[in-house]
Amino acid sequence: MSLNLEFDVRRSSFTLHARFDCVPGETVAIIGPNGAGKTTLLKAIAGLVPLDDGSIRLDGETLDRASSDDFVEPDRRPIGMVFQDYLLFAHMTALENVAFGLRARGEKVAEARRRAKALLESMNIADCAPLRPGSLSGGQQQRVALARALAIEPRVLLLDEPLAAIDPASRHELRANLSAQLRSFGRIVLLVTHDMDDVRTIADRVIVLDSGRVVWDGPVTDDGWLPR
Amino acid sequence: MTDARSHRRHERLPRTAKVIAAFTVVFFCLPFIGLLWRTPWTRLLDVFGDSTTRDALWLSMRTSITAAIVSVFLGVPLAWTLASIPFRGRNIVRSLCLISMVLPPVVGGISLLFSLGRSGLFGRYLDDWFGFRFTFSSWGVVVAQVFVALPFLVLTVEGALRQADPRFSEAARSLGANSWYAFRRVTLPSIRSALIAGTVLAWARAFGEFGATITFAGNYPGTTRTLSIATYLSLESDPGRAMALSIMMIMISFVVLVSLRDRWLSPTDGARS
Repeated sequence: MSLNLEFDVRRSSFTLHARFDCVPGETVAIIGPNGAGKTTLLKAIAGLVPLDDGSIRLDGETLDRASSDDFVEPDRRPIGMVFQDYLLFAHMTALENVAFGLRARGEKVAEARRRAKALLESMNIADCAPLRPGSLSGGQQQRVALARALAIEPRVLLLDEPLAAIDPASRHELRANLSAQLRSFGRIVLLVTHDMDDVRTIADRVIVLDSGRVVWDGPVTDDGWLPR
Repeated sequence: MTDARSHRRHERLPRTAKVIAAFTVVFFCLPFIGLLWRTPWTRLLDVFGDSTTRDALWLSMRTSITAAIVSVFLGVPLAWTLASIPFRGRNIVRSLCLISMVLPPVVGGISLLFSLGRSGLFGRYLDDWFGFRFTFSSWGVVVAQVFVALPFLVLTVEGALRQADPRFSEAARSLGANSWYAFRRVTLPSIRSALIAGTVLAWARAFGEFGATITFAGNYPGTTRTLSIATYLSLESDPGRAMALSIMMIMISFVVLVSLRDRWLSPTDGARS
């Protein structure tokens, strides 16, 4: 049971060479300078960017193979993603945002809303349910975005800088909250971040990307040792 | 836009621009002032109330609203395709779809007549196989109206779709929405203003349609004689009546366009938080 990545994606300024595996229960932090290919990596796994070479497999099933027609559409992949800026749907309430994926996957309205409500309660933001994203604080938006991605019960969770838009004063608490959520999630998590505190607090393993290449891949040790 | 921002923009405007803008407003108003001056106000209620006017008005409302709805169903997928798929010859396809906007409507009517008319290239088969004719039928009016009104909707919606942030659609796809569901539930609501503006513009163009309708569908009371055609026909026999009908069309169009407030004319609402 694992996520196997062995692919290339060519961009105008770099080529992403992804060659690594992830196992359930593992939270992998992806770090690197801007333009290193971090978001491209997540989007390729989600099926939002086509591969130029290689393949992506999850639990033995091929999600994408560049050399053949094997391609599982993004909406058919058991993968949830929290985007940078969260990308909450402004015309929907927080509850409708969280229920969106369930409704899109054919769940009945009442059941989708019940499960969305339960998720919001588990994240201590039940009060936000009837509010539109524009009325929510950055931290509340982040939790709604996480709830929205978790609602579809993904086997892989992709987080693209989930705390970058949070003001420093609230970041510590939200990081602890996110860490707790991910521990209880217990499946594969890939977390793109620029913040070393995120890596130390949340991740088990760190991968450093530079110009599309993996230049470091190793565990985050108990004493918080990280690549220089 | 907030009041403060609009005030600042107002202050920056050069005097010359304001003078030209005022002149343009006068230019638009002059014909209406001329019309209002000559209108036989005492006959207005009689003309509005008679059965031929009511028939023409009802026909115009019915066909123009149908044409606007048909334009949405045909135009939104077309605008979506033009905005998102960079296929070879896209500019040619777009020009073909928008050409009726710049053509004299009567040319559009002639083209429709020779394609979908009773003896037209395709219309003859509709008649032979199904006994259906557009000529002298209200559906003929709708087809003529859609032909000239559709480009207004396509242009407005395509422009908004090009400006919409594609990442929201990607977010929807990643949550399990197929592309149609993502478009319907996420992208389309994010361009709601443009969709409403495009629909109202298409309706307004259909409501005022004259040349293509009379050429293609004909001029039959109750079936194809719309308010515009009735106005034109009255001009020779009873100019006072023509003026009264013109006032009626101006009033209806003005009310609809005034209700199309500024916020509906903004390019996109944005699905962002």
